[in-house]
This record gives sequence, C-alpha cells and structure tokens, in this order.
Amino acid sequence: MLDNEDFVLDTSPRELTQNPLRKIWLPCKNGHILQRRVCMTNCPTLIVTVGLPARGKTYISKKLTRYLNWIGVPTKEFNVGEYRRECVKIYKSFEFFRPDNEEGLKIRRQCAMSALNDVRQYLSVEGGQVAVFDATNTTRERRGTIVKFADQNGFKVFFVESQCEDPDVVAQNIVQVKLGNPDYIHCNTEEAIEDFMKRIKCYESSYQPMDETLDRDLSYIKIMDVGRRYLVNRVLDHVQSRIVYYLMNIHITPRSIYLCRHGESDLNIKGRIGGDSGLSARGKEFARNLRKFLQEQNIKDLKVWTSQMKRTIQTAESLEVPYEQWKSLNEIDAGVCEEMMYEEIQENFPLEFAMRDQDKYRYRYPKGESYEDLVQRLEPVIMELERQENVLVVCHQAVMRCLLAYFLDKSAKELPYLKCPLHTVLKLTPLAYGCKVESVCLNVEAVNTHRDRPENVNVQRSTEDALQTVPAHF
Amino acid sequence: MALTADGSEQKELTQTPLLKIWVPWMGCNLNRRRGSSVPQFCNSPTMIVMVGLPARGKTYISKKLTRYLNWIGVPTKMFNVGQYRREAVKIYKNFEFFKQDNEEAMNIRKACAAAALKDVTAYFTKEQGQVAVFDATNTTCERRAIILNFAKEKGYKVFFVESICEDPEIIAENIKQVKFGSPDYVDRDIEEAMEDFVQRIECYRASYTSIDDDKDRKLSYIKIFDVGSRYLVNQVQDHIQSRIVYYLMNIHVTPRSIYLTRHGESELNLLGRIGGDSGLSPRGQKYANALATFIKSQNIKDLKVWTSHMKRTIQTAEALGVQYEQWKALNEIDAGVCEELTYEEIQRDFPSEFALRDQDKYRYRYPKGESYEDMVHRLEPVIMELERQENVLVICHQAIMRCLLAYFLDKPGDELPYLRCPLHTTLKLTPVAYGCKVEPFFLNIEAVNTHRERPVNVSVNRNQDEALQTVPDHI
Repeated sequence: MLDNEDFVLDTSPRELTQNPLRKIWLPCKNGHILQRRVCMTNCPTLIVTVGLPARGKTYISKKLTRYLNWIGVPTKEFNVGEYRRECVKIYKSFEFFRPDNEEGLKIRRQCAMSALNDVRQYLSVEGGQVAVFDATNTTRERRGTIVKFADQNGFKVFFVESQCEDPDVVAQNIVQVKLGNPDYIHCNTEEAIEDFMKRIKCYESSYQPMDETLDRDLSYIKIMDVGRRYLVNRVLDHVQSRIVYYLMNIHITPRSIYLCRHGESDLNIKGRIGGDSGLSARGKEFARNLRKFLQEQNIKDLKVWTSQMKRTIQTAESLEVPYEQWKSLNEIDAGVCEEMMYEEIQENFPLEFAMRDQDKYRYRYPKGESYEDLVQRLEPVIMELERQENVLVVCHQAVMRCLLAYFLDKSAKELPYLKCPLHTVLKLTPLAYGCKVESVCLNVEAVNTHRDRPENVNVQRSTEDALQTVPAHF
Repeated sequence: MALTADGSEQKELTQTPLLKIWVPWMGCNLNRRRGSSVPQFCNSPTMIVMVGLPARGKTYISKKLTRYLNWIGVPTKMFNVGQYRREAVKIYKNFEFFKQDNEEAMNIRKACAAAALKDVTAYFTKEQGQVAVFDATNTTCERRAIILNFAKEKGYKVFFVESICEDPEIIAENIKQVKFGSPDYVDRDIEEAMEDFVQRIECYRASYTSIDDDKDRKLSYIKIFDVGSRYLVNQVQDHIQSRIVYYLMNIHVTPRSIYLTRHGESELNLLGRIGGDSGLSPRGQKYANALATFIKSQNIKDLKVWTSHMKRTIQTAEALGVQYEQWKALNEIDAGVCEELTYEEIQRDFPSEFALRDQDKYRYRYPKGESYEDMVHRLEPVIMELERQENVLVICHQAIMRCLLAYFLDKPGDELPYLRCPLHTTLKLTPVAYGCKVEPFFLNIEAVNTHRERPVNVSVNRNQDEALQTVPDHI
C-alpha cells in the first residue's frame, strides 16, 4: 500500500492544450505542442500479391488500397505491369512473357526493381504506411528477393495469393479488365483472348504457390476460388488483421448500391443543420417518388438501411418494405452548433466557422464530431456493404459524402465537398476496377444544402466573406 | 393518422421513450427496429460445432466465443456435452469409459449428445436464442453427419470450428490448466490425472477424422492450427460467421494482464456533475502520480497505455511519463441534454427521463445522447484490439469501464450498468483457465463516490425523495 506522504508531486506535469481544429488534447511545454504518434503499425508494411494472370490481383490491390486510404492508413499501389508498359512502349504479343525470352526476363526484373525502389521511397521517405506490390510474384525466388528487400528496409511483408482454376471466372476476368487494357487496345476481342491465354501459360510452368510447409514462417493469406476458401498464416499485427478481415468480406457478385439522403426536412428548409426534424411536404413527395423508382428498378432482394433519425426513417417508411436502422448512419454531430443556421454559427462562433473552412475533414465541432470521426464510425457499415448485395442506404449529407468517397476513392480533401443534393439517388455499380455512378434526380424540388469552401478562410475574415457561399433558405 | 393524397393512411412516427428509436406506431415489434450493432441478419439460428481431440482448447474457445457474442448483443448459449455426461454418469472412474469398444459407454455418450441437441432446439425455439455453441469432440464423420442432419431438419445454419494441435507442450499446459480442476479428476493426484487423461486422448485418436478439405468443401468451417498460427476458412455464409472468424483470428493465449482504471478524480466529479470535459482535481492528480508509481512497481513488459480523448484521462496518462494512445471510442457515455448536470438537476428538469433510466439502465438512451447498449457497440473495436494485444493499461471512465469489465467477467446487460468501478482503484485482469482473475488495487487516495445504485422506486410517478434516494454525496 502506498502512503500519500511519500509523494512529491511531479515537478512539472505537462500542461494540456486542446488543438482548436481537431479538439484533441495534446501536451505542451512552454507553449509548444508535442506531437503524439498514433499508428496502427510500428513499421511500414509491404503487401505482395501472388498469382497467375487474371486471378484478380490488381482488382484486390486497388480495392485494398482504396479501403486502407479511406480508413486513414496512407497506402499506395505499385503495379509492375505499368512499369513494364513504361519501359516497353509497345506490347507485341505473349512472346514477351516466354520463360526463355532472356531479354524479356531482364526487362521484367528491372521493372520489379524499379517498382521496389519507388516502394522504398514511399514507405521510408514519403511517410506511406502500406505499399501494395502488385505483380505475379509466382516464383519462390522472386518472393525471396522481396522478403530480403523488406528485411533490409525494416518493412513487414504480407503476401496475398489468389488461386483460381475455374475457367469461367478466369474468362470473365479477361473480358472485364484485359480487353480494355493498353496492351490490347489494337486487337480485336478474339485475338486478345487468345494471346492472353498464351500469356498465362508462360507463367504456369514456373508457378510455385505459397506452401504450407515451405512458407510456414511467412505471413500470408491465400484466397481460393474468389473467396470460397482462405488459408491465413501468421498474422502479425493490427493492420494485417484488418486486411484479412476486409479481404474475407469482399465479393465480386454483381450488385448495385443505391445511396440517397432523406427527403427534404423542415430544418433543411430553414437552413438549419443537424437536429432530428421530420420531412417537409416536398420531402414526403420525394419518398413517394423513391418508392416508384425502386419498383421500376426491379431490384432483387433489396436491403434498405436508414439511420436512427426521424427523417430517414420517414423516407423509408414510404417504401413499404422492411428496413434496418443503424445508429452509425446518423448525421454528423454538430455539437454546440446543432440546429443553427450558418449565419448563427458565424455570429456565435466565428473562429470555429473559419477553422472548419480551413480543414473541413479534420475539423471537429465543439462537443461534436469531425468527418474523420464519421469515417471511423462508418467503417462497420462499409464492411457490411461489402458483404451484402443490393442495398439502398437512406442517410444524410455528410454521411453520404463519406460513403461516396469510399466507393469513388476520393481524398480527405475532396470528401467534405462532394455534391450530394437532396432528392437525388446515386446508383453505384462495380465495374472493372472501379465503380459506375448513375445519378437519378427524382424530380422533386428541394433546397440546396451544399456550402462550398469560401475564398477567405482566415479567422479574421468579415461576416460577408464567411457567408459568401451559404446556400439560400427561408 | 393523416391521410395522404392517394387516400392511404400515413402512419405517424413516434419515438420510443426509453430507446429513443423512431417507430411507426407504439407497440410494434421493437426488436426489428432496434438497429443494434449486429444487424438482425440472423434469419435462421446458427449452431457453432466444435471439433477436435481433447485438450485442444475447444471449451476455452466455446466459452470465450459465447461471452463475446452475448456481449455484442447476440443471444448465445454453450452446450458442453461433457457436462451432460457427468450428469448421466455421476462418478468418473477412468479413461476406459472412452474406449471405442465400450458399448455401454457409447450408448450413454450418444444419448448425452442427443439430449444436448434437444436443449439446443429448446434454446432456439423457446428462449429466442440466436447462436448455440455445441462443445464436444465431434471427431468422427458420423457424429458430424448426425448434427448436420439435425440442423438441416430444423433449418439451423452450421459452422464448424476445428482446433488442431500436435505440440506436446501446449497440450500438457492445457491439461494442467483446466483438466486438473475438472470434476472428473477432483480426487486424483496430478500424475494419475495426467496419465489417465493422456490415455483418454488416445481413445479418440484412432477414430479421429479431421474435416476433409475436399469432401467437406460445401461445409462452413474454420480450422485453427497450433493455437492460431494458421487458419483455414471455408464457405463463410453470413455476417455472424464472418464476425466469429474475425474474432477467433484475433484471440491468443499468450499470458498477459489488462489493467483497467478510471481517470483520477475530476473537478466535475467533486461537484457531483456527470459528463463534461473537466481536468483533474488535486486528489485526482495525486492518483495519477500514485498510478505511475504502481505501474512501475508492477514491472510490466511492453505495456501499452490507452486513454480516451477527454482531458481527465489524458492528464492521468501524462503522469506516467510513457507513450499513450488516445481512442475516441473510449470517451465517456454521452449524456446528451443531461451533460454536466447533477442528478438533482436531472430529477428537477427531466424527472420522467430519470425514472426511465432507472427502469432499464442498459438500454436507456439519454435525449440526444447514448445508451450503455450504444457504448458496447462503439467499444467493440477496442475489445478486438485488446484481444490482439498483450499487456495494456486502459485509462477510461465509469460507464466505459463497466462495459469493458462486463465483457471480461461475462456480466449480462442488467448487471453491467451497476458494476462497481470506483475512482482511484485499478483492476488487474489476468486470464486464467476459462475465465479471468481480478485483482483490485486501491491506491490509497481518497475520492468522491460516483456510484448510484438503482433506487427502490423506478416508477415515473415517484416523488423527488424516492428518485434521489441513492445519489452519492458531493459538494
């Protein structure tokens, strides 16, 4: 047991100061804020894809990169094929990939080295945390080279192998992404497919899949038959665990995701943010039109999700189908600014208003949230959206911006300014390596709630400058 | 109800007073509208079926998984066939019971498995259970086929969890940790018990067929090799199976301790006010220093320190002089309109809210705030990361600490909000056998009491005295 008298109060416990933008308490000494490091991994991670051509390696690389960036882990992909296209301007035929083509092999090795150099630059110099090295990496030798490279630079390595022998899946893959590829731009479909199949053959004879015994000390996930089965070995840390969870939840079954906001609300009309008001008359009309629209779309097994706020639920009620309420889909909490008009925020909290314009993504309302916080609470929603097939998400402006940024790979800077007007439905359909977006305006008038970044974001700006971009309202 | 243009009745929405959930009309099926963290996708109940030789951690996994699923709000129950056997055969003689050619014993064992399956049905149909964990060796194709047929008939999903391990050290450690304490060996000495148990394992080995990756490729399962160094996952069907796989892949058995404490006493604590973001009182600062000394004395290897984003936990961590990580998810419960009020003020301004909270403290959501149930949802990533980590000190808040403690000590929703987490006391949790050892350390710095018990009268019609009956003292 410890006795009070034994204590000498610490000579100078560090003072805490709250960062005015992010509302995070940080220690400071003599007025200097000391950085605190929060990271998911102690050292950078190199994710290495493995697999024959047309096994979805690039699809996985791009998707994983998009996801990691969205959750705040700086990630970049390095596609060796692109390095090769830079080097060998014109692709002639599969002969380039023949195992006995010495010149071809030399160029390919150089390209891999060049890519690894850029990886080193990204992870060690530019502050990246994860690099995705997208190439076939089908021989143990090549993988050994990469592991050595990683060891030398203090990077962790995690392999992602995709194995698939279903000819239909492979063919579909070729049709979806190879035909549009720069390599085949001048070929007709039949020629392209024939050449590509021969290309795959060039790799087959030397392919050494990750082996349970020989590679038992490596960290990897082996994805078999597009996710029917997974083998996971030696997950080392948090980031690898999240990557595994993500990879195990994604699928490629065709489907569409519909995103829309609630119908116009009473507070929307008054130009007030947040709150929990009901739909205006026009908002109710939108809900009815939404029902008609969905019926016309004839969607198989549509799941409908809303937030727990009255306006999204009212909107869903009109659809007359079962829906699921997610608290995580609630609109951003504007804290002390809840239910205020922008004019009132400027009047009462001009400093806050300016800081929000300076960095809208990281700015946290006093006693409220930031877009950055929103992304964190939306992560389980995204994970479940990946698992699901056809889903309609009825949500809110800031929430919809976050979800859209995930699907369309928008940066943190762009995210808070994405246009998500009322009474418009976005239909997102995965296509090739990305997402097709169809915007459908359901023809019911509504106020504009989009406030662009004004020119002057200085805390000393005039009221007029501050309110320059506020949309019209009652 | 208002009529719309096309003549149909438009149901007005109403907000349920306790959960603050908008529903079309009062009295509708609230379960569907709860919008909990685990989307109600469980259309059919799920059976998790353990597979593996004795001493492979099946019961450890079963208990832990059951605890986790219940905590995140999925009603789950464990059915340990060994217990049914102990009921049927009061006294365990020796391993001969488990010999392949012991027909009488075989019949008893089959009957026990059948009885357990019957109870599984009762759990699903009469008790609204969603997941049943069937804990037995299930080492033969035949036994697994019986279970599959049973499930198919009833419309239950099946997910197998097989634990495979041939490391003799791990198995020996396992036997020491949990078998010696088992009712089967209560009257034996250690050597006898060990020898008998080893023979018991051999009885199963001859007929053990692992799940076949080729023949059983249509089944849903996870194989865990060598306590988690490798996993094989096949045909995950739905959300809950995906969550189970993620959880199983994050837990480990490396010995470690988790320290839970609240921030030091805060200025608002002294005033009897809830929530807010105040700094430490002088006594709170003393506690922070005492905590630093205590932690040093514990001599913990590679301790990670976590705090919330609130000033009082960070100030407490600062005194430790080590690196710490801030988690917004560890912030105290948001009391919405009641933030920074005293209980007396809440009673004065929101008497019916105050009463509703006492009626169901776990599910009650503050107006424009949160409920304990909401907090469990936001703490799930914290729990997941705690499972991954080794030695961790979590400096948090009263309601948060109650949620975390409830997870480790398997406390249900109605006990959780009343768990005692006084200021200036650190709890050291160390996993042991199937549970958790708890050691409280009061660091001898006085602090206000912030624990408010459930009063006797929780009716909305109660008077002020009855409402404030259990409010602790403050300035």
